[in-house]
Amino acid sequence: MADRIDLTLKVNGADHRVSVPPFARLLDVLREDLRLTGTKEGCGEGECGACTVLLNGRVVNSCLVPAVQAQGALVVTVEGLAEGENLSSLQAAFLTHNGAQCGFCTPGMLLSATDLINRCPHPSDDQIRDGLSGNLCRCTGYAKILDSVHAAAAEGRAAR
Amino acid sequence: MRGYLPDFDVCVPASLGEALALMAQAPGTLTPLAGGTDLMVVYNAGRLKATRFLDLSSFEELRGIREEAGALTFGALTTFTELRECRAVHQHFPNLVKSARATGALAIQNRGTLGGNIANASPAADTPPSLLAYGAEVELRSVRGSRRVAYDRFHLGYKAMDLAPDELVAAIHVPLPTGRGFHYFRKVGTRQAQAISKTCLAAYARIEDGCVAELRIGVGSVAPAPIRARHAEAVLLGQPLASLPMAAAREALLADISPIDDIRATARYRSVVTRNVLGHMLRELATL
Ligand SMILES: Cc1cc2nc3c(=O)[nH]c(=O)nc-3n(C[C@H](O)[C@H](O)[C@H](O)COP(=O)(O)OP(=O)(O)OC[C@H]3O[C@@H](n4cnc5c(N)ncnc54)[C@H](O)[C@@H]3O)c2cc1C
Ligand code: FES
Ligand code: FES
Repeated sequence: MADRIDLTLKVNGADHRVSVPPFARLLDVLREDLRLTGTKEGCGEGECGACTVLLNGRVVNSCLVPAVQAQGALVVTVEGLAEGENLSSLQAAFLTHNGAQCGFCTPGMLLSATDLINRCPHPSDDQIRDGLSGNLCRCTGYAKILDSVHAAAAEGRAAR
Repeated sequence: MRGYLPDFDVCVPASLGEALALMAQAPGTLTPLAGGTDLMVVYNAGRLKATRFLDLSSFEELRGIREEAGALTFGALTTFTELRECRAVHQHFPNLVKSARATGALAIQNRGTLGGNIANASPAADTPPSLLAYGAEVELRSVRGSRRVAYDRFHLGYKAMDLAPDELVAAIHVPLPTGRGFHYFRKVGTRQAQAISKTCLAAYARIEDGCVAELRIGVGSVAPAPIRARHAEAVLLGQPLASLPMAAAREALLADISPIDDIRATARYRSVVTRNVLGHMLRELATL
């Protein structure tokens, strides 16, 4: 059995130190060591996007990221989007426009949409589809998600 | 069921030199780990045989896209996103941009690497047809030194490569095209994102005096490894754009490919659609 490894990472602005098995996945470190259970596991194979987080500013599937590669990294999870009680405008738009139903895909959708709006503040339908193409939703039929992203973009300052 | 976590170990060497030395000590026992977008899927499915990994992700020598000696050199760790974002790649190798854009979705493109796409040796990978079309060379590195292999001789069969157990893919060199060029890339999958190719075809042609002066066609998902369509190329080489032997080229393609039935498509589908894609490419070439 391999020794544990020590990792430091900055998650949602706070420094964390964890001691984990060498091949632990970032997803499990977030959920189990840091108890940030907003990030979900759907497929475990990179297909569904439920586990999406930002790693050094880029969207990744945390189920496919060996935590050892996140040593020293900046991570943003869904818990990092709101400031205290103030939802990000994307989160608020998902609420107003019913962008979430069961909610399982929502944390991943929000992270991908946050990344999209950071890169492209006024996305077209096609750009939203491209930005969210790695996030599957079994409930909404996507139309409400598109509405939510458009609404947040129209508001201007979508995300952090 | 996922692999049993305590069985797995990852080694993070301080330098590329140390990594190569470790690989040389016990060749074949350490599996290189780049973006993990192939390896972690197999691990999550509980089917990963390897248990000891060598993390390459911190080696700057394996990163970056540089122009040198009439070629673009891509470090093995170049991600699909970097391919999409690099101006020189857009300018010289539009097929590579299209390959990268057609790969998975954004989160995969941010992590998956060119070196991993090649070394994973999937017949269905999407950058290999473009690399074949552009006449790429692969640079391999070990403690014994470095050597270059023409990419069209790198894949030797299903998951078999001209890659020794102590070697890493260090870089991919792609010569800059000169003259009047024609670039074509088409992937056919179930949807635009997150779909593995049912068939994929990339081509590069240089046109001189209205004729096909140079031509390479790379195809994926229709043979045990990504291959050049040499029979089809031979039929077309030297021909005037005004009267390309389209039917003969489509027929010749049958001698190049050996598609099979699998979960994504039948052999017959692949054979028909790959020929249709070639037809589409030739109609575009004819109207250049
Ligand atoms: C949801 C999803 C969708 C995908 N869609 C596509 C797609 O549309 N098209 C496509 O082509 N691929 C696709 N892939 C596959 C994968 O993303 C690519 O093959 C990617 O390029 C692999 O790179 P990596 O760095 O993540 O490889 P890793 O998983 O780190 O490694 C893959 C293999 O290559 C070896 N390796 C890696 N780097 C080196 C090196 N420098 N030297 C020697 N060996 C090395 C590893 O040992 C391993 O055997 C998809 C994957 C997922 C999960
Ligand atoms: S759980 Fe990671 S992509 Fe589905
Ligand atoms: S809201 Fe249920 S999966 Fe998207």
